[in-house]
Amino acid sequence: METPDQIRDRLLSRFPGAAVSLISNPGPAAQHSLLLDAADARAIATFLRDDPGLQLDFCSNVTGVDWPDREIVETTRTSTPDPAGGPAKVVEQKTKRLQPGCLEVVYHLYSVALLHGPVVLRLRTGNRSDQVSLPSLTPVWRACEFQEREVFDLFGVVFEGHPDLRRILMWDGFKDHPMRKDYVEPDDYEWEPTPHGDVLAKAKRHYPTPAPAVVKEEPKP
Amino acid sequence: MSFSDPSPLSAAPGASVRAVHDEFHGDLLEVSMGPHHPSTHGVFRMMVTLDGETVVKLKPVFGYLHRNHEKIGENTSYLGSMPYTDRLDYLCSMTNNWAYALAVEKLAGQAVPERAEYLRVILAELTRLLNHTCLAGFLLQDCGASGTPLMYAFREREKILDLFESLSGSRMMCNYQRFGGCRVDAPAGWLDAARALTDGYGSFLDEYEALLTGNEILMARTQGIGCLSAKLAVSAGVTGPLLRAAGVAYDLRKVDGYGFYPRFDFRVPLGAHGDTYDRYMVRVLEMRESIRILQQALRDIPAGPIMDPKAKLRGFRPKPGEVYSRIEGPKGEIGFHLISEGGPNPYRYRVRPPSLINLTILEDLCLGHSIADAVVILGSIDIVLGEVDR
Repeated sequence: METPDQIRDRLLSRFPGAAVSLISNPGPAAQHSLLLDAADARAIATFLRDDPGLQLDFCSNVTGVDWPDREIVETTRTSTPDPAGGPAKVVEQKTKRLQPGCLEVVYHLYSVALLHGPVVLRLRTGNRSDQVSLPSLTPVWRACEFQEREVFDLFGVVFEGHPDLRRILMWDGFKDHPMRKDYVEPDDYEWEPTPHGDVLAKAKRHYPTPAPAVVKEEPKP
Repeated sequence: MSFSDPSPLSAAPGASVRAVHDEFHGDLLEVSMGPHHPSTHGVFRMMVTLDGETVVKLKPVFGYLHRNHEKIGENTSYLGSMPYTDRLDYLCSMTNNWAYALAVEKLAGQAVPERAEYLRVILAELTRLLNHTCLAGFLLQDCGASGTPLMYAFREREKILDLFESLSGSRMMCNYQRFGGCRVDAPAGWLDAARALTDGYGSFLDEYEALLTGNEILMARTQGIGCLSAKLAVSAGVTGPLLRAAGVAYDLRKVDGYGFYPRFDFRVPLGAHGDTYDRYMVRVLEMRESIRILQQALRDIPAGPIMDPKAKLRGFRPKPGEVYSRIEGPKGEIGFHLISEGGPNPYRYRVRPPSLINLTILEDLCLGHSIADAVVILGSIDIVLGEVDR
């Protein structure tokens, strides 16, 4: 099989103007992935499926990854030589940079016809709040149907062009997306008749202590 | 077949059946089968729209057992998730363990000693025997053969579970594999007991097949029912015996050659029609091949350590990286996608559940068949709700 580098070069020559970049995987497995632009994702996916040299006809796994905003601290060191000939004076300067977060969808593709793989595709949303739509790849691989619904349900990525985008594991009236890193479960999520420990603390937070009952004195006959 | 979508589900609380009028089809009946229905193998629900007895629309509904296994996996250490993988597909805990252990070993670049690899193959093939035997029993139960085939299957299953119990201490929740090997070595006499079981399994299959394979009722209920084309199967990500019953030669034991499978001589049975009968038959033939693998593995298993001495269980922190790794489970391709950021917990822990993805084609298989056939088709897909819902 072609290496991810070769696939990227071929995609760039086939789709001029598309943004395809290689994301390297430092681990021993070395499964490098291709980051696609949302605008061209479906055309590229169709090409990968139909290209006679690749024939990636089997989309094995679709999953989401949540990357929250991160504050990255960069340290720069500047050393100024001491004119008197002593040890150089080192000044450390720390700069904080905010790396904006995103939601990422990962596709693992294999070829049943040519028995090779995996080729890993990644798509990223603009941010985690209002730009969360990505093109659905269900029209290319039917295997994405339930798995994209799951990513929509648990991460909140909206797949455009999906035939039946509904919640799949959580119930329909559920509001949040539980697989996001900043998800906080509701206080009344767990109910116990005799709460203790964490559950009791949550129950106290959720149900304020009831006012003492007013006992009416009944007039004696 | 297309028709205007009948208005959404009845608003009446507790309503499970209602009539829908449609100008083209006349009266359609919408039935909510499940979640508590004996044929759905757990808490699974099918919203079926019926024209007479014929299925014209079917939407699977699940999530009743959802406990967000993946979130729990991200909040637990790598090893802490190992016993929890038992609960995914609770019939096949040994293959779930292996799939997870293999993924972490690839993530951390660990090696596995030879004896442990042999033990893993033996346990995986015993799990395959167990799963397929049970499935044949469940399928016959769904056809209406109340009890008898299932009891025969459960008698044999119990013998395999006894082996698992004497090895790992637990019948079903084995928690046996570790990163870099296995937890304990086989006790004295275990391999002989496994050999005796393997040698006797063929005659059980002969007996079982004499009752079932040529059975007129089974053939009438399953042949030509729920045909799956090879093209749809590959596109829909269907794996395991379903895919091979559709005639696609794709067995990860051959394709990926993980573990020591390239050392064993076995064949991959394929179906010709992709119908329910083929799915049953492919599983029976797979069991025969599993027996061959078991005989070779039990003959060749060497003595030696079962754990990589360099493996670190406590304070295990793999270097940053990412991996997707998969094995051929009895139900299909079970895979794990892990992202490590160098911490004690995985940053992302994802299970690729074969049962869930095989359900993608449930509606396609059932359309045009009667509601009674939908039950049999669902039985032949072989789902476990612990894995579908996670």
